[in-house]
Amino acid sequence: MALDTATRGRLASLVGAENVLTAREDLIPYSFDGTAALRAMPEAVVFAHSTSEVADVLRWANEARVPVITRGSGTGLSGGSLPSPHGIVLCLTKMGRILEVDAANLTLLAECGVTTVTIADAAAGMGLFYPPDPGSMKISTIGGNVAENSGGLRGLKYGITRNYVMGLEVVLPDGEVLWTGNKCVKDVAGYSLRDLFIGSEGTLGVITKVLLRLLPKPAAKKTLVATFDQMDRAAQTVSDIIAAKIIPCTLEFLDRTTIACVEDFAKVGLPLDCEALLLMETDGHPAAVAEEAAQMESLARRNGAMEVRVAKDEAEANRLASARRSAFSALARVAPTTILEDATVPRSELARMIRFVEQVARKHGLRIGTFGHMGDGNLHPTFLTDERNTAEMARVHEAFKEIFDEAIRLGGTITGEHGIGVAKKEFLPKFAGDASMRVMRELRRVLDPHAILNPGKMFDP
Amino acid sequence: MHCGMCLPTCPTYDATKLERHSPRGRIALMRSIADGELEATRTFGEEMYFCLGCLACMTACPAGVNYAELFEHARAEVEESGVLHSPRRSVIRGLTVKWLFMEHPRLTAVGRAMRLYQELGGQALVRGSGILRLLPKRLRELEAMTPPVCRKFSNELIARVIPAQGERRARVALLTGCAQDLLFSDVNLDTAEVLVRNGCEVHTPPDQPCCGSLHAHNGEWTLAQQLARRMIDLLPPESFDAIISNAGGCGSHLKHYSKLLADDAAYAARARLWDAKVKDIHEYLIGLGIRPPAASSAPGLRVTYHESCHLSHGQKVVVQPRQVLRAIPGVELVELPESSWCCGSAGIYNLTQPEMAGQLLDRKVGHIRATGVGVVATGNPGCLLQLINGCRAAGVPVRVAHPITLLAEAYRSDGRCAAGEPA
Repeated sequence: MALDTATRGRLASLVGAENVLTAREDLIPYSFDGTAALRAMPEAVVFAHSTSEVADVLRWANEARVPVITRGSGTGLSGGSLPSPHGIVLCLTKMGRILEVDAANLTLLAECGVTTVTIADAAAGMGLFYPPDPGSMKISTIGGNVAENSGGLRGLKYGITRNYVMGLEVVLPDGEVLWTGNKCVKDVAGYSLRDLFIGSEGTLGVITKVLLRLLPKPAAKKTLVATFDQMDRAAQTVSDIIAAKIIPCTLEFLDRTTIACVEDFAKVGLPLDCEALLLMETDGHPAAVAEEAAQMESLARRNGAMEVRVAKDEAEANRLASARRSAFSALARVAPTTILEDATVPRSELARMIRFVEQVARKHGLRIGTFGHMGDGNLHPTFLTDERNTAEMARVHEAFKEIFDEAIRLGGTITGEHGIGVAKKEFLPKFAGDASMRVMRELRRVLDPHAILNPGKMFDP
Repeated sequence: MHCGMCLPTCPTYDATKLERHSPRGRIALMRSIADGELEATRTFGEEMYFCLGCLACMTACPAGVNYAELFEHARAEVEESGVLHSPRRSVIRGLTVKWLFMEHPRLTAVGRAMRLYQELGGQALVRGSGILRLLPKRLRELEAMTPPVCRKFSNELIARVIPAQGERRARVALLTGCAQDLLFSDVNLDTAEVLVRNGCEVHTPPDQPCCGSLHAHNGEWTLAQQLARRMIDLLPPESFDAIISNAGGCGSHLKHYSKLLADDAAYAARARLWDAKVKDIHEYLIGLGIRPPAASSAPGLRVTYHESCHLSHGQKVVVQPRQVLRAIPGVELVELPESSWCCGSAGIYNLTQPEMAGQLLDRKVGHIRATGVGVVATGNPGCLLQLINGCRAAGVPVRVAHPITLLAEAYRSDGRCAAGEPA
């Protein structure tokens, strides 16, 4: 590649020659993340093993004005870790140690490259619980989760990554290392910089350590699967459950196309003869769980559920949740390119939004599979297309615009959990408004004056 | 689709954390070549041979990407392009893949020579003399890995046709394999025993060629096709209810002759029939309804099960071997952590990539040691050999055996041998 020998030597002196990749065969596998149809070649991929190595690399990049794209496992769905031209990829998967599990304060301190599942397992090993469970949790890194403020299946009751971050270590573009937050439940000293870095998509600093809040593991859990012959009935069941003042930990929905793809992969016995499926889960005190499960079952039946099945044990419940997490990838069984949408609306507008998405797909002659977190209004309508079909891709783009406009009109957002990155960059100004855009631009300029961190993502200067 | 769900299940990615060494990265390279953005380079060639071909990624892939096919085509492209060409490599490949494993009599001749070397004390003499120290380190390691060759090969042990015991439920052909026949002919005899006990009339033609798995996995497409045709001629699928394989790696390849011969007008239809008839022994027994042995050969035996990659990820035969083990009276099955993680054998991978293979073997042996069992069972000759060597080197006192051997021993505890005398 174009990286000259002197630069390569400089990087090698910072992190070791074996941690600087420049061969074309090494770079191509880093030219994309989990997002469809986006590719760009980096100049080099650099692995750091410690905060001080990250600081050294950033200090150099800041002086040399070289763009730095921070990357974990590359599972993002908005192109957040897509390489920038003339930039390097700073890959942090080798910073993979859990540093502390503090059972007295219910916290866990980890390096940024630890995978989400490792954190969940470490917590579970101590009888504790780390709730955020993004679909890619088996491989996504906690640093990436924080940078993208990832959600998951339990958002409705337990919230999202932001709700579990107590502290962060962040390296600023000039190499200075900043700590924000601590183990205190209450802390109002100064601006909450921690909250600024959560969801900053690698544009303000590089997150190197994360202090997480843990919960006691719920004593009981019950998982139900209900099937419906109409999408509206499933949506109505969700509304009724919320209206009955039940907050389940999971209320997931799959449409017919998605069910077929997921079942083809996971073989967990999902019924194939329905239009919509609800995966419902309640957890907590055993008595409350039993009561809520019974109530949810009866509400589903009252709305004409074809079948309501209760998972017989934890193993089956886990298989069902895990099958649901594979939905996005499984949809690729029917089309080579799957472009998924992340529009989110207030729960009261859910049924309306689902109908709108269907209309848009019909109008533009597009195939679609819809699934999502019905309980928190976060839908994932996914266009099933082929990136080589330029005409169809243009129609997909058109359909997006209409969906975003409608989501905003209904008081929703253009992305519930995937982030802006490259994929939604053009839609952010309209959503955020002039004042917010101005403040975001100024903040970014102050923290990253030479615009080396993830340039071209989220918004332009 | 490039979601990355395959990454945590890929042993080479897990060990290196480099995307190039992951299924997603390898597919990206293959695609770049297909799109004309990258030429087949030496680095690409090496990468394709750094992949174990364990197919764990296929089990993990929600999108159903057929990595096995992409991988075999990529290796064929590597061979065609000659990017890995070197005189030494050509000689080795010429002697093994293209010569030795093409004709079974050649293989048995070599087997006999090795047996002589081992039996007449040649090996003990050589090992004792210290002469091995003169060899390069790599050759010394290889010498230490040479397995004992069986005293008798399958055709000396198993009659061509053995009648079923009790009511005849099926007429089956038994595949004896190539390396399997030399090193584990006893497993073939045990398979015949188990089939006969379960009411199968067993046909075992002698001098069966290699199934071609070695060739297909190493980029020799044409030779693999040649061997597939010979197999179909030797064991006509029309004549049997099932064609039984007891080697996970071979079975995984044997079930895909129709892809290999799709463009061969004379064989395409028969290859489809062949694919439908090929069954792994565990899969077949459970499907047929196993007749459990009446008595135990070793009561209170704690057994763990290591999954051959191509049996579990390639053939998706996961539950049945465990069911077979549980059907043996007196056996307690102890689950092995990471049971479907590759042991590093991976065909000839332990010869071509000894470092990575060694890391994987250490990991596997560590888990086996932790279970504290007396027996580890596995359904593939490569894994059997790898685990025998690994456990011996690490001083882990376990017996390594094919599940079918354990089952056959239980049947024989009635004092009879239905298929012939055990070797």
